[in-house]
Amino acid sequence: MLYIQILLNGLMLGGLYACIAVGFSLVWGVLNVINIMHGSFVVLGSYIAYFAYVHLGVHPFFSIVLSGGALFVLGYALQAGLINRVVGAPVLTTLVLTFGLDLLLNNAMLLAFSADYRTVRLENPFGSLIVADLVIPLNRLYGMLLAGALTALLYMVLVRSRMGRAIVAVRMDSEAAALMGVNVKRIFALTFGIGALMAGAAGSLLSLIFPISPIASTDFLGIAFVVCVLGGLGSIAGAMVGGLALGVIQSFGALFIGPQHGLTIAFILLIILLIFKPTGIMGRRGYE
Amino acid sequence: MTRVVSVLIGIALVACLPVLGDNYLLRLGTMFAMYAALALSWNIIGGFAGYPSFATAAFFGLGAYTGAILQGTGVSMFIAWAGAGLVACGFAALLGMAILHLKGHYFAIASLVVAEVLLEVATSWTSVTGGGMGLNLPVLQISVEAQARLFFYAMLTIAVLALGMNWLVANGKLGFALRCIRQNEDASSMVGIDTTFYKVTGFALSAVFVGSAGAIYASWVFYIEPADVFSVLTSVKPIVMVLLGGAGTVLGPVIGAFVFIVMEELVWRNFLSFHAAVLGLLIVGLIFFVPNGILGLLRRRWTSGSRPQSSEENVE
Repeated sequence: MLYIQILLNGLMLGGLYACIAVGFSLVWGVLNVINIMHGSFVVLGSYIAYFAYVHLGVHPFFSIVLSGGALFVLGYALQAGLINRVVGAPVLTTLVLTFGLDLLLNNAMLLAFSADYRTVRLENPFGSLIVADLVIPLNRLYGMLLAGALTALLYMVLVRSRMGRAIVAVRMDSEAAALMGVNVKRIFALTFGIGALMAGAAGSLLSLIFPISPIASTDFLGIAFVVCVLGGLGSIAGAMVGGLALGVIQSFGALFIGPQHGLTIAFILLIILLIFKPTGIMGRRGYE
Repeated sequence: MTRVVSVLIGIALVACLPVLGDNYLLRLGTMFAMYAALALSWNIIGGFAGYPSFATAAFFGLGAYTGAILQGTGVSMFIAWAGAGLVACGFAALLGMAILHLKGHYFAIASLVVAEVLLEVATSWTSVTGGGMGLNLPVLQISVEAQARLFFYAMLTIAVLALGMNWLVANGKLGFALRCIRQNEDASSMVGIDTTFYKVTGFALSAVFVGSAGAIYASWVFYIEPADVFSVLTSVKPIVMVLLGGAGTVLGPVIGAFVFIVMEELVWRNFLSFHAAVLGLLIVGLIFFVPNGILGLLRRRWTSGSRPQSSEENVE
């Protein structure tokens, strides 16, 4: 029974991890840019949810719209204004640039919000569902379901909408896409915006579960790294599989080795995977 | 030839810094030498071979802990510094064999994560490393001024050795092979360059002086803790310095380190809470306005007349 409980905890955590990583994976796959700011985007989303709840009384599940929208605008502006200029440059250039931007953003958040940990305390907490000795915290369950719904929505957008098809086309071959009349720079900006939107929305959901602080951003970035490498880069299915796998592995790792080593286990796993199977569990596939 | 002479004169001038008798300047000089050593080391793998390594913090921290632990067991200080360099070098060779087949972002992430794992190891392995409490090093029984001079000359020696290594690599077979790898790895392999061997060698060389610098740093500050010596900033700052000066050149990293430390002192001292943001701004400005580094900028001005770009210089 204990193992089932742990598996369940892992899956609930993993659904949220998938939501954190899917935007990161999209940006990496389409733009070939590693966005070091992704962790800070998640934290910013959490802060928007926190202040929306404290000052406006908006439930974090509904402030997804606010945090996602705000982050989309920020992401779109950053890509259109700055990152688009160096998008074809060597890997090191874009990495160092997003690192520099992350230092700016994170420092700004530290000054504005301080490093103190905060949590959203709901007036009517969800409590837990107890089914046959299994404890299911409802905030995590709902959070995971919403995260899954958002990820599915992103998948539908990519597969069904005109914009989504253009993003997939740019991922496959940006020059051919440009020849077919796709405005590649605009698609880059949109993609980066969507990546930030997913990060912000994930931040809203996480604000109910994890304490919020600018310091936590590197943890979220680390999770995004591991999920992408674990599931394989560039597909939504890969992010889902990678997220769930990481959640389950971390839960069992916490049981056998100790909860404080959660991220270390993930990182060691990441190095082993990079050495032996860099394409991830799902292999290299696109969004098609 | 004139360039070699002017570099030697420059080193001699820096070495005269203690004559001024200003301990603040001496501390800055020690930091400058340390930064120069880190930047020059990164230049081998990042500048010549073009591999985006974020492993500097791993080598630095490993060196610091190796030096501290060796000194704790009674090994003399200088041997501990050398031992730290060797341990970092061996670690880098093993690590390189494991992760240098990765390219681009994958290599960057793998090298970045190695420092995080070592940080966790240092934090958890309390019996050896003191865990999160950190480690104290034996205090030297000499005057404060003598200590300042000792650590300054130690760091300067490491920096000069790293400079010499860069010069040898740039003019030797290794540098040629690494530049080929940067331009086209598959083609290099096709024409008979043993890419794995040269990459691993370059990676190992890029660690040896970083390890020693870490050990000297540990002796210098008497106290180390995991979060301090494995900080991700230790990986990023050398990259910024090299890009600032000019990647893949011998003197670029030194110039970059000098400009960097001047900015660090002038700007950050006055804006402590914006510390990270100012570094961020510096990076963004660097990427957009000085993409080829200061040497590249100077050279472009130099060659903007009728002279064609000389092909022996490898600024891209």
